Amino acid sequence: MFLKKMALAGAITMTAGGFASACQINGNVSILGNDFPALHAVTDGAKTCAGGSVTANHNKDYKDVMVAALTANPAEFSSVIGNNGVLVTLMNDGLVRSLDDLVAKHGQSLNPSQLVTVDGKVMAIAFMANAQHLFYRADILSKAGVAAPTTYEEVLAAAEAIKAAGLMEHPFAINTKAGWNLGEEFVNMYMGSGGEFFKAGTAEISVNNDHGIATLNMLKSLVSYSNPDFLTFDSNATQALWESGDLAMATMWGTRGAAVLDDEGSTEMVVSSTVLSGAPTWGGGSTPATTLWWDGFTIAANASDADAEASFQALMNGIGKDVITANNDKAVWLGEGYTPSATSAGVAASASSGANPYPMLPFMGLLHGAAGAELADFLQGNETAEQALSDMEAAYTASAKEKGFLK
Amino acid sequence: MTHRSFLWFIFPSLAAMVLFIAMPIVSVFLQSLHVEHPQVLIQTENCGPFGCKQTTTVDSEATAALKSEKPLGQFNGLDTYTNRNHLAFTEVSNAWATSDGIGNFISKLMNLPFYRALAFTLTYTFIVTPFVIVLGLMIALGVNRLPKLFKGPTIFVSLLPMIVTPLIGSLILFWMIDAEGILGAALQRIFDDNSLSLKASPSLTWIMLIIYGIWHSAPFAFIVFYAGLQTVPKDTLEAAMIDGASRWQRVRYVVVPYMAPLVTFILLMQLMDNFRVFEPIVGFSAEASATSLSWIIFNDLRGGADPLFGSAATTSMLTILGVLVLLTPVLIRTWRTSYRKVV
Repeated sequence: MFLKKMALAGAITMTAGGFASACQINGNVSILGNDFPALHAVTDGAKTCAGGSVTANHNKDYKDVMVAALTANPAEFSSVIGNNGVLVTLMNDGLVRSLDDLVAKHGQSLNPSQLVTVDGKVMAIAFMANAQHLFYRADILSKAGVAAPTTYEEVLAAAEAIKAAGLMEHPFAINTKAGWNLGEEFVNMYMGSGGEFFKAGTAEISVNNDHGIATLNMLKSLVSYSNPDFLTFDSNATQALWESGDLAMATMWGTRGAAVLDDEGSTEMVVSSTVLSGAPTWGGGSTPATTLWWDGFTIAANASDADAEASFQALMNGIGKDVITANNDKAVWLGEGYTPSATSAGVAASASSGANPYPMLPFMGLLHGAAGAELADFLQGNETAEQALSDMEAAYTASAKEKGFLK
Repeated sequence: MTHRSFLWFIFPSLAAMVLFIAMPIVSVFLQSLHVEHPQVLIQTENCGPFGCKQTTTVDSEATAALKSEKPLGQFNGLDTYTNRNHLAFTEVSNAWATSDGIGNFISKLMNLPFYRALAFTLTYTFIVTPFVIVLGLMIALGVNRLPKLFKGPTIFVSLLPMIVTPLIGSLILFWMIDAEGILGAALQRIFDDNSLSLKASPSLTWIMLIIYGIWHSAPFAFIVFYAGLQTVPKDTLEAAMIDGASRWQRVRYVVVPYMAPLVTFILLMQLMDNFRVFEPIVGFSAEASATSLSWIIFNDLRGGADPLFGSAATTSMLTILGVLVLLTPVLIRTWRTSYRKVV
């Protein structure tokens, strides 16, 4: 068994070695990041560099270790692969360095849009995009005689038609598990209403308004077409429901597209009729009700200059054209060499129709958490929308005071 | 043993307890009295793959300077204890003033995260603990009567619920009670109701968690009682039989009094264990309907991107306080009985 593994590892290294485009580094690289296939492709690409050691730690709980690991001096990891939210957390504590000089030296192949700049300084290099958007089953919709929905009002009408035609009892699902997932759905829907989360220029929350109430009512109407277990639905649950053919429409993450459309875990009938389309708008608004997320890499402030440069070079190799071409369908890549496909259609459509990025505010995480904790009561029918929103505001205010964002 | 040699004798364990139990509790208590420094916020322009936007960011250098001066944060006294996310003094007194009845007041109280969690934690503790003790004793008595050949396998099978890690055990049951799972589908068939879902209704979720708790902890009580049963004096039992005591009377008047110290032991362990109920809530994804004090601590630390150390420390202290309050009556009782014996 051991020999087999070794042989397999050797084979992988050899195929990976095929990409090696004269990447020469001079320093030690250690990368921390989440655990999904696209990121493995990136770090495997980085590992093909010669001249120094490159190690990668892929961990679903990377967010919980990164702050402590990067606070140490020298930092435990020279680079963290994260997203919009992660960058804010790292920058709040000043743990990542400006990449201006490294970009000037080694970043010629980057698209300007890949540079994530804060106050004019490049702080991260984005390489892939993600967003929640609509998945629908073309066969079920045509049986029910409805067109592909582009607004959530049409989603509701289509769900009603599917139910009335006796095709499905619970045709719709959305990631509404109490906690982070439910918070994310609130943020997405509220973004589609055009409302602002905070009083301009302050950390004072302001969601208990017409936008907030309409958002909650829309979420409640949607989950009335969901299985009654909806408060336990995370991405894994909704993907499983989709693949078992129990759903006609769902709002799910773009990164789930590849897993849904592959030939594993589902039937030909479901896969062939699944369509990934842009996030719907609602309430007469024109902004899709979703938030755009990027994944990108940062370089630790507490890494030595040599290691920082080596990490930048290795990761530039990891997000290079060869890696993107070889792993085209694993993500919506932002770099050169990417060919859009069916799995990326939903994210691309959402982005091009003007969806907003997830707000990069230092106190956004607290609002997100308060929404996830306090809004389930409303969806269960235990309290009014006004009460749920005022609870959410109170929960946010208490934790924002504790974090020092409010007096 | 002189006091002096006794002191030296227990010194190593005393030192370990101070180092690993007392000091962490003191540090958690200190943490709970502090909140973070005011963050220095500045307006910046952020650009990324999806365009540029004027936004607020933390001036990390200025904030770091504040932090290095006072690493614990700013002193906040007991304000974290009394804020809305914990004991919520203001909200509770408001609710009391504006309620038109006790029911209305309780529903307002249940809207506050700490009291909601406390309600479930206490309900869970006070229902699971007696059931575990009674059920454990019943299993032990039953197993004790089995022929030798079956005893070993039966004991092994009865211990399984305790051997399974709580998180895994609750995950397995979570899938079984799914509408598509074997238990969930069977219940729907029995009650002829396609919308029946154990995960959707708060009261059913509570019942499910409590049944899971009993299922998981009963083996612990069983194995303790089973060991105790082996030491019940045979002659007393035989004497009772000669006096014409029925099986029930022998259990009630000989076995149970003999096992009383074990009952106290299990009671103490179960009160502590059940008060910190946590894994089943995560395993059953039950946080929408049931939260516990331990779950709140977890959620403060792991719920979002930013851990709320002050909140987590506060809830930890309140949990310790709760355990003390729960255990005091049992401990006082034990102390009294042993004191009476000496005199």
